[in-house]
Amino acid sequence: MNRWVSRVLQAAGLVLAVIFVLPVIWVVISSFKPGTELFAWPPTFWPKSATVSNYIDALNKGNFERYFLNSLYVSTLSTILTLVINSMAGYAFAKFSFKGDRLIFYTFIATLMVPLQVIMVPIFLVIRRLGLYNSLWGIIIPPAATPTGVFLMRQYMITIPDEIIESARIDGASEWRIFWLIMLPLAKPVLTALTIFSFMWRWNDFLWPFIVISNEQKYTIQVAIANFVGQFYVDWNSLLAMSVLAMIPVLIIFLIFQRHFMKGIAITGLKM
Amino acid sequence: MKSKRLQLIPYLFILPNVVIFLVFVVVPALYGFALSFTRWDVISEPVFVGVGNYISIFTSSSFWETTQRTLVYVLTVVPLTYVVSLLLALLVDSNMRLRTLMRAFFYVPAMLSAVVIGVSWRWIFGDYFGIINYFIERYGGTPINWLTTPGWAMLVVILASVWARAGYYMVMFLAGLQGIPEVYYEAAKIDGASRWQQFWRITLPLLKPTSLVVLVLCSIESFKVFDLIVTLTTGVTGTGNHVLGAGYLPLGLPAR
Repeated sequence: MNRWVSRVLQAAGLVLAVIFVLPVIWVVISSFKPGTELFAWPPTFWPKSATVSNYIDALNKGNFERYFLNSLYVSTLSTILTLVINSMAGYAFAKFSFKGDRLIFYTFIATLMVPLQVIMVPIFLVIRRLGLYNSLWGIIIPPAATPTGVFLMRQYMITIPDEIIESARIDGASEWRIFWLIMLPLAKPVLTALTIFSFMWRWNDFLWPFIVISNEQKYTIQVAIANFVGQFYVDWNSLLAMSVLAMIPVLIIFLIFQRHFMKGIAITGLKM
Repeated sequence: MKSKRLQLIPYLFILPNVVIFLVFVVVPALYGFALSFTRWDVISEPVFVGVGNYISIFTSSSFWETTQRTLVYVLTVVPLTYVVSLLLALLVDSNMRLRTLMRAFFYVPAMLSAVVIGVSWRWIFGDYFGIINYFIERYGGTPINWLTTPGWAMLVVILASVWARAGYYMVMFLAGLQGIPEVYYEAAKIDGASRWQQFWRITLPLLKPTSLVVLVLCSIESFKVFDLIVTLTTGVTGTGNHVLGAGYLPLGLPAR
């Protein structure tokens, strides 16, 4: 009986797994269909005359390369900033006890609950006052202080023994050196996980760029795609190709760093 | 760690994070809260109106409709995501063949941006060109206007949300499952417990901490949902709003 059960489970698992990626596959397949075939009824499953014309159109439309580069620039810089400031904060919360540490830490975590769209208007005002409106720095700096990142770093650094820090202190190392030359190298696994996460968050982010940017030259890829989705008329040919192009970077990163991803989520799942 | 000099150091370490967070989250939140007691057209000075804005929202029917929709959304998405992600985790935790591949497949949707998910599902559930309607028609049904009929649109949004998140929480459960010592199951087996009993008596109780994290994070995410619904149903230029999170935008009030 057990053998039967496991066979059924195996089959069910495979079917489910395929169902899970089916929407993505369908979008990818569709993106290679020429305009006429895209709306053919009944639909063709495999493109009869596969073409990259949608991709060429998408690249020519608006400033696609620009959007792509903007996204890349913003995601990279913001990730670097996140790594530095989140690991600093995580270190402080993990290895020091100071007045208000718990309160500040939990307030950080609690901001996960604030829906950005609710404070969109005041955020916009603050951004404008600081001269960050329509500047890519306005998408790089504000989202870099991620609560999840601080949490990840803290949870990991707690597991690093205090003795290492104590002995470095006795040897006369400055606090900054201890952090930079001892803690960070030891925290490499979690830093890798956070790098991947942060890049993915920033690459996929829609709200911050949506609030901060109105100049079309500075659109990120997500804002560009969202703007492409009109209510009444949708240019599906280019839209599908754009969407596939927008998926590619994160999917590649995922395939390379799959293990780190899983580890990162596992750490987040630990109780506080 | 007790000297005076050391007491200042942790504050310096958290400083950059705190500053960004104060400037871009706390200040706007307080500012928005203050503005919610005023009438303000962005150009002239805000006029204090007390709780007037709140009275007008609480007496508007659209506010209660969006609130109701939000509750329906959250109360379906959270339990569904919980059950689906736990089932997926149990499935890929067993030592079946191709389990690594399955994990990756289940995780793929979690990698996609809400905008891309919106586009993809719109394409699949399109009225005249969607593959779902094609199958419905082919097997003798009447095509459904999935994204423009409120009830059906809610269903699609719910399915898309569960699909998009299950993989992420699956990994959390997986970590939780792997933290349960094998000895418990061995002991249960010796005592003659069935697989079903093992699940209810060992797995589920010991997964409690993970379950809590999953439920909390998933509820927060569901209450905040915005971009997915916007791209899935109307596009940023549209006016329709299906859930409270998205409803704030057309409401135009910085109210909390």
